[in-house]
Amino acid sequence: MKQAEDNNFSISAQITCAEDVVVARQRGRTLARAMGFSPSDATLIAAAISELARNIVRYADRGELLLGKSEDGMLFVIARDNGPGIADVEAALRPGWSTSGGLGMGLPGVKRISDYFEIVSNAHGTTVTMRKRKR
Amino acid sequence: MAVPILKQGDVLIASIQSALTDVDLVALRDALVEQVASHRTRGVIVDVTALDVMDSFASRTLRDLAHMIRLRGARTVIVGIQPDVAFAMVQLGLTLENIPTALDLEEGLAFLSAVRHAR
Amino acid sequence: MPESDSNKRRQRTSRDENATTLLTELVAHLREYRTDLRQEWAQRITKARLLTAMTEEEVFTEATAVYDQYVEALETGTFEALQAYARNLSERIIPRGVETDEVVGIVLLLRDVLARSLFAKYQHDFSTLNRILDAYEPAANRIANTVAVGFVQERERIIREQQEAIRELSTPVLQVRERLLILPIIGAIDPHRARQLTEQLLHGIRATRGKVVVIDLTGVAAVDSSIANHLVQTVEASRLLGATVIVTGLSPAIAQTLVNIGVDLGKMNTVGDLQGGIEQAERLLGYKVVPTTQEDAATPASH
Repeated sequence: MKQAEDNNFSISAQITCAEDVVVARQRGRTLARAMGFSPSDATLIAAAISELARNIVRYADRGELLLGKSEDGMLFVIARDNGPGIADVEAALRPGWSTSGGLGMGLPGVKRISDYFEIVSNAHGTTVTMRKRKR
Repeated sequence: MAVPILKQGDVLIASIQSALTDVDLVALRDALVEQVASHRTRGVIVDVTALDVMDSFASRTLRDLAHMIRLRGARTVIVGIQPDVAFAMVQLGLTLENIPTALDLEEGLAFLSAVRHAR
Repeated sequence: MPESDSNKRRQRTSRDENATTLLTELVAHLREYRTDLRQEWAQRITKARLLTAMTEEEVFTEATAVYDQYVEALETGTFEALQAYARNLSERIIPRGVETDEVVGIVLLLRDVLARSLFAKYQHDFSTLNRILDAYEPAANRIANTVAVGFVQERERIIREQQEAIRELSTPVLQVRERLLILPIIGAIDPHRARQLTEQLLHGIRATRGKVVVIDLTGVAAVDSSIANHLVQTVEASRLLGATVIVTGLSPAIAQTLVNIGVDLGKMNTVGDLQGGIEQAERLLGYKVVPTTQEDAATPASH
C-alpha cells in the first residue's frame, strides 16, 4: 500500500462476497491509522465501510469500493455498484429508534459520523460518497 | 470460519474471532439456537472481545440471537465489547437494546448465575 | 463637465501604472541601500532592547532574511512567502522566549527606517514623496500585519499543543474503590476534550474492571446540546462495557439541555451531589456504609 503521506491516492477493492466486506473494513482501518486517525475513529470508519460494502453484496451482487485521502486531507470512501438502486432513499436515511432504522442498510449511522455524505441512487446503480476529517 | 462453542455446565460460551463474515455470524446464531434447544442450556455467553467492528448487521444479528434463545428459555449475555467498539456503536446509533452486556467472561457468568438464583 | 467613462478608465490605468512604477523605484532604492538600511535597523533593534534572547549573529541573520522578505513582498505584492517565513521564524524564536511585542516592534522599526530613508531621498520633491508614500504605506502596513498575525497564530498553536500534552498526561478517571470509578469534570468542555474524556473513561473501565462509574458534573455550569448528547453516548457506551453510570452534580441548566435533546431524566441514574453518588455506588457494589462511633473515631482504623 502506498504511503499515506502521498496526496490523492486511493485503494480500490472489488466487493462481491462476505469475505470482501471483512477485507475492505480491515483496509479501511489500516488506511485511517496510517493517516493519523485515532484508534477510536479508525474503528468508526471501519464500521462505516462495513455497512457500505455489505449493502453492495446484499443488494447489487458486486460493486467497487474506493478508499483514499482527498486533496484537503480527509479520508474518503466511495461505494459504487450497478445494482437496482434504492427505491426510497429518504427512508433509507431516516434514523430509527430501537430498530436499526434506515431500512436495515445502516446509512443513517454512516451519515451521522461523516463530515461529508452523499448518495446517488437510481435504476442504474448506487454511489455513496463519504468523507471524514481527522479530529 | 466456524466459531467454537464451549459448554460449561448449563452455559454455552461462544468466542468470536475478529475476521467474522456475515455468513459466519449467521451460522453462529443458528448453531447456538440449535444447541440451546438440544442441550439443557440456561445461559449463553457470546464473547466479542476479538470483534474489531460492530456494525448494524452484527448488532441486529446479536439481537435476533438473544431473542431466539430467550424463546427457548435461556438468557444471553454479550461480553467483551472493546472500548473503541462501544464508542463507535453509540456514535453510529447502534444499540443492543435490552440484551445484557458484561465486561468479560467472569462478569458474564456472574450475571447468569445471579439471574438463575433470582428465579 | 462630467468625465466620460473612457477618460476615467484612462486615468485609473495611468494611476495604477504610476503606482507600479513608484513601487519599482521604491524597491530598487531599498535594494540599493540594503546594507546601510539593514545596519541602521539592527542598531535600532539593539537600542530598543528587542530580541535580547538572541545573539548578535542570530539577530543579523534573521534581520537579513526579514529585510529581503519585506522588500520581496513590496515588489511582488504577494504575501504568502512572507507569511510562511513569519510562521517559520516564529516556530524558531518562540521557544527562545521572544515575545509578541518584540516581533511587532522590530517590524515596525523596519517600516520606520525605510520610511525615513524615503523622506531623506525625496525631501526636495514633496509631490513625489507623497505618491511614493501612498504606494508604500498600505504595503508596509500589510507586511507588519502579516508578520504579527503569523507570530500570534504560531504562538497559539504551540500553546494548544502544550495544553493537549498536559491533558493527555493527566488521568481524570479515579479509582476510589475496587470496581468504583469517579470521573469529575470541571470547567468548559469542548468536543475534543469530551471525546478524550470518554475514551479515557471507557479504557479505564476495562483496565480496572469498573462496575460502577460516577460522572460528576458539579464543576460544569452548562453545556451545549452536542456535548449533552455526547454525555448520553458516554453513558450508553459505558453500559455496553457492563458498567452502571451515576451522574451527579447536574445543574438545572444541564438538566434542561438534556431534556431538550430528548433525554428521559427519569431513566438516567442521577444523584444530587458527588457524595450521594458515591454512597449509591457503594450500595450497588454491595458495600455497607457503617457509621463510626465516638470510640472507633479515637482508635486508628484497621484495614
